[in-house]
Amino acid sequence: MSAPTRHNEAWRYSDIAAVEAAWPLPAPESIIVPAGGTFARTIMQDSGTIHQLDIAIGKGATAAIHVLNIGGDYGRVELNVTLHEKADFKLGAVQIGGGTQTLEVITTVTHAEPGATSSQIVRSVLAGTATGTYLGKVAVARDAQQTDSVQSVKAMLLDRSATANAKPELEIYADDVKCAHGCAIGELDAMGLFYLQARGITPAEAKKLMLQAFVAGVFEGAADEDALTEAALAKLGDLV
Amino acid sequence: MLQINNLHANVGDKPILKGLTLSLNAGEIHAIMGPNGAGKSTLGYVLSGRPGYEVTEGSVTFNGQDLLALEPHERAAAGLFLGFQYPVEIPGVSNVQFLREALNAQRKYRGEAPLTGGEFLKVAREQAGALGMDMDMLKRPVNVGFSGGEKKRNEMVQMGIIDPALAILDETDSGLDIDALRTVGDGINRIMRKPDKAVLLITHYQRLLDYVKPDFVHVLDGGRITRTGGAELALELERDGYKELAA
Repeated sequence: MSAPTRHNEAWRYSDIAAVEAAWPLPAPESIIVPAGGTFARTIMQDSGTIHQLDIAIGKGATAAIHVLNIGGDYGRVELNVTLHEKADFKLGAVQIGGGTQTLEVITTVTHAEPGATSSQIVRSVLAGTATGTYLGKVAVARDAQQTDSVQSVKAMLLDRSATANAKPELEIYADDVKCAHGCAIGELDAMGLFYLQARGITPAEAKKLMLQAFVAGVFEGAADEDALTEAALAKLGDLV
Repeated sequence: MLQINNLHANVGDKPILKGLTLSLNAGEIHAIMGPNGAGKSTLGYVLSGRPGYEVTEGSVTFNGQDLLALEPHERAAAGLFLGFQYPVEIPGVSNVQFLREALNAQRKYRGEAPLTGGEFLKVAREQAGALGMDMDMLKRPVNVGFSGGEKKRNEMVQMGIIDPALAILDETDSGLDIDALRTVGDGINRIMRKPDKAVLLITHYQRLLDYVKPDFVHVLDGGRITRTGGAELALELERDGYKELAA
């Protein structure tokens, strides 16, 4: 199989040259969470790599993935998740890019059976001419009633030259489901920045403080929450 | 302490301040009154360096320094405090974290050692207590969900913690009920009425001046000071209005 092109929706905003260089990719890591089990994983992408995971979450099982996508010219985290009856999936992802970095988080979350829940929180901070992308598809099968799914997607652009792509997508075949999705792309509040500076905080620290608040909470519940937060702050410090 | 000389400033392309001259000495409290659109808030923003407020002519000297050459955070470290008319909400950043960072950034700029967490909390507790604000509010995100009165009270707590040399208070009295007005007035007197400090009170109404007695009252109209007097000028304005005065 040849490397994907931009015509392939899942690779539409990718750094195609970097993808070609990495091609062919190894088979995705396959994770099966047995019925009633729990699974947690932190993916720290700090060296320009492509992570592909297939996760099947069994009946009543839970899986939580935390992602910090910050390193290399091209970093991609791709999750293909299938939820069985009353399973739960949580994703908390932060991507922070500057320079010419291309960073992306791609998810396909399939509610295959009834009563499963999923929550995805994605925050991107982009400076320079960096590109940050989130493509997130939630598919609900015909008999997956009482599905409860949430997607919260926000991106903050530090420079007008940076790009954020966000595509929360729903494909629902059941008729008794709750699927919420919110998406916002913005800039730091100028009045807030001035307020902080008027109290003596330097412009860089003021930005860092507001960005810290922007990504706060995403790593909640991660085993290495402190390490993730620290790495995120260090990267933010490089950008402001 | 502060010398403003022939200050002209634009907001966007629009001239707002048109030759404002004003001088404040240490130990003095000045009130600036004037009708809507006179340029009162603009003066506060220009002095504190808000982006988009462009000085086109004139000079401002603060304790011998060219104030206009400094960045907003440098002006704060030099001892200037702006009490905002509309204090800004900053979700996700706690008051305590914000104020500790602000105070220590100022101390660092002045070459002083930072306060430890414990030292800072002691100061914060003192100031919050004096203004009747409980510590739980200090732990909440900056101004988020605060009522108008609470926001103004929070400005005064910040002023107490930062302990500036010069406070420019932009309509700190607006949105306050009678009790809160007294609390805020007491706060201004306690924190700022000292021989080495000065206050510029920007206000529409005389009522704050019942609690904080000004040494001088200035009328700002059309971007310049049109009249200066003592505390009695405020009463006169309250009685006759700005129109009468201009006539």
